[in-house]
Amino acid sequence: MLIPALILGGIAVIAAVGLGVAARVFYVEEDPRIKGILDLLPGANCGGCGLAGCSACAAAIVEGKAEVNACVVGQTEVARSIAAFMGMEMKDNEPQVACPDCQGGARATRKYEYGGFDDCRAAMLFYHGPLKCDHGCLGLGTCVRACQFGAITMGDEGLPLFDPARCVGCGACVQSCPKGIISIISETTKILHWNLYSECLAPCRQKCPAQVNVPKYIEHIKNGEYDLALLTVKENNPLPLSTGRVCPEPCSLACRRQIEDEPVAINYLKRFAADWELNSGKRLHVPVAPDTGKKVTIIGGGPGGLSAAYYLRRLGHEVTLFDQMPALGGMLRYGIPEYRLPKAILDWEIQGILDLGVKARTGVKLGRDFTLDFLRAEGADAIFLAVGAWRDRELGLSETTPDGVVSGIKFLEGFQDDPLQKVKGRSIVIGGGNTAIDAARTSLRAGAESVTIVYRRSRDEMPANPVEIVAAEEEGIQFRFLCAPNKFITKGNQLTGLEVLGMELGEPDPSGRRRPVPVEGTEEVIPCEQLVEAVGQTPDLDFLEQEGMPALPTTRWTTIDAKEQTLQTDVPYIFTGGDCFTGPGLMVEAISAGRFAARSIHFYMTTGEIPPIEHRQTELVPDSIFDSIAGVIPKPKVHEPVVSLEDRLGTFKEVEGTIDEEDASYEARRCLNCGTYCYDHDMEMERMEDGESVAG
Amino acid sequence: MDLLLLAIGSIFVNNILLAQYLGNCPFCGVSKKLGTAIGMGVAVIFVATLASIFTWVVYHYLLKPQGLEYLKTLVFILVIAALVQFVEIFIKKQSKGLYDSLGIFLPLITTNCAVMGIALLNIKHGFGFVQMIVFSASSAAGFAVAILLFASVRERLFISSVPTAMRGTAIALVTAGVMSLAFMGFAGMTN
Repeated sequence: MLIPALILGGIAVIAAVGLGVAARVFYVEEDPRIKGILDLLPGANCGGCGLAGCSACAAAIVEGKAEVNACVVGQTEVARSIAAFMGMEMKDNEPQVACPDCQGGARATRKYEYGGFDDCRAAMLFYHGPLKCDHGCLGLGTCVRACQFGAITMGDEGLPLFDPARCVGCGACVQSCPKGIISIISETTKILHWNLYSECLAPCRQKCPAQVNVPKYIEHIKNGEYDLALLTVKENNPLPLSTGRVCPEPCSLACRRQIEDEPVAINYLKRFAADWELNSGKRLHVPVAPDTGKKVTIIGGGPGGLSAAYYLRRLGHEVTLFDQMPALGGMLRYGIPEYRLPKAILDWEIQGILDLGVKARTGVKLGRDFTLDFLRAEGADAIFLAVGAWRDRELGLSETTPDGVVSGIKFLEGFQDDPLQKVKGRSIVIGGGNTAIDAARTSLRAGAESVTIVYRRSRDEMPANPVEIVAAEEEGIQFRFLCAPNKFITKGNQLTGLEVLGMELGEPDPSGRRRPVPVEGTEEVIPCEQLVEAVGQTPDLDFLEQEGMPALPTTRWTTIDAKEQTLQTDVPYIFTGGDCFTGPGLMVEAISAGRFAARSIHFYMTTGEIPPIEHRQTELVPDSIFDSIAGVIPKPKVHEPVVSLEDRLGTFKEVEGTIDEEDASYEARRCLNCGTYCYDHDMEMERMEDGESVAG
Repeated sequence: MDLLLLAIGSIFVNNILLAQYLGNCPFCGVSKKLGTAIGMGVAVIFVATLASIFTWVVYHYLLKPQGLEYLKTLVFILVIAALVQFVEIFIKKQSKGLYDSLGIFLPLITTNCAVMGIALLNIKHGFGFVQMIVFSASSAAGFAVAILLFASVRERLFISSVPTAMRGTAIALVTAGVMSLAFMGFAGMTN
């Protein structure tokens, strides 16, 4: 009996002693601060910090692997107490909130009726969910249950509603959503984001060069939330007052409503929202990220430069704008006449950008007053060249320029310097673009006896905005289509007429427009005293030849060469975009280029690498283009108030007005609130309205 | 060949869980998620093999010479418990990564009857050293296979509509029974 007891006891003693020794030998010291921080953390164990629970988060903070503000749940308050505990100073953190990206909900087309367990993830297991749409919200409310903070509720339309005030940005809903349509978004991510093929995108949003979320801002206007509407526009376009007046609306060309009806007057609505801010007397607050200490210099204060300045400043960088002209605005100021874009409004809009903390130096010209090397030496971490296309192309009809002949941009610029100057006699404008129309309408207002536009192709080939052409016709400007300038007729050195030659349309050229071919023996002389050559512009890149400039390659179209995917030139810290990269284009394209350059510059300055955008949407998504839309009842679109013809001539009063609130509300209701595949059916809307009126 | 048969036999035919129904507590407790089930499976393979080696040595070189075979249950509990504690302390110090992935399962295994069962079965079958290692590792692997399958089933069960009365452990035990029936299909393929 003794031996078994001894053996058993012996084994027990050996095990106990062995463990005791092991505990000493292999003792792992734990930092007492981990416990301290753990007590300060809210203990939600949500994993929003990206670590495995609160204790891992506390350990990471102690080891310095996570910031003191790593906890997304506790936000500023907890971060401050942890910072105090650690004896550190807290860095400001940008608030992040969850945003859904689905417009579909209950109206999305069904593949089958799902009657299973009430969970989106379960529904996904059956043939990828009951919806035909790849992006569509299944509406079973998994995210609602995933949210520990009660920030999500399920709306009547089968879409989750997010309460930004309660959202802490922990990301539990993002992980719970099997469709991946919820994302945690900060202002920075919005600025850096570009449309992807994998997203739900309304056709207008795909078509807009600046990728403005059109259905979203129209929805806000519909609800009377004009401030939210405007902030939505400003996520992608910092110049809504100007675009609202001069943009030719590429978006409306893609508007799905035009299959059955007139397209939605998108730009009227944008202008309405922008003017609402202007007339409200106070500016909306635009968030700016904490300072990064990086310096960017932007050369060119046009729409591209202003857009880049606005977004780079909002990303927290120090921005300085340089412009050769005495005031900012570029072509918006010097190329677009007062009657289309009043300068007082442009000034107000630009002041809004400068108020964010953008510094501007005007009246200084690159190459004349400073060099790129100088800017670099002054401490610019990156330079954005947005010098535009300011050199007028010349026809070269004569070796010397007779009196009375002026180029398009020079002519329009002159009116900015002296708005009261007069044009005497008969005027001819050569060209078919917007500059030509602007020059013609300006001449008419400045007192020209008659104005004739001479264009060598036909009306259909004119690159000018159709609206502008119609307005010019209404105002009494004559058009001579299929008519090419041949020779100046002069008396002494004064222009007395223009000899023109009849043309006919031949084979299409590479741009797809039919090439005009001269017809022999059709010469005629149009008498005139004043002639504006507005036959296109190119960038003025003479500054590159000067000393103190890095070697920047150019293309054969005298534009600056850069990588399409990043807008970065061969000199890594120099970026370019807008007209000086693409050749003359639309204002909204320059705005888009400004934000795109801001993205590249931001990544270049902060990480050194510019990540490529996978699946970036560039063409219309083929599936989103419909042949027919069922259930939409045509409703005519609203018309902008227009100044009468008598009031237009002789003054530079703004021709087009802003629609009123009632019209804006009506027009916003015409929007079908499309996604890639879904849209609102008017029938249902009308029926609902009828039902309400009966019930009421 | 015999060893291969022994391995296959102990993984499938005499599956420690589904044929002998040992190790039921972690089987029901740690099988709600696939990730933790994998951790548990790996931890059991590791501990069961190590524990079998120690208990086999203790039995053959300490208890048997003294004629104290009847003490084996008591001694094995002591040895396995001390061993698991020691392993936990050791890997916590030496391998942070391994500790993070296995650490939380080790205390659970201390009282795992599958580990104890494997140690006792080794003795019961009178295995030699090599046979013992093969048997222990593959029995534990059988445990891992079973808990993996079970966890996958339970993940699906979680999102299915189960009658309220049957939710949780009840449906888990029914499922385990059905799985056990399925494993009956292997019966008789080896001895």
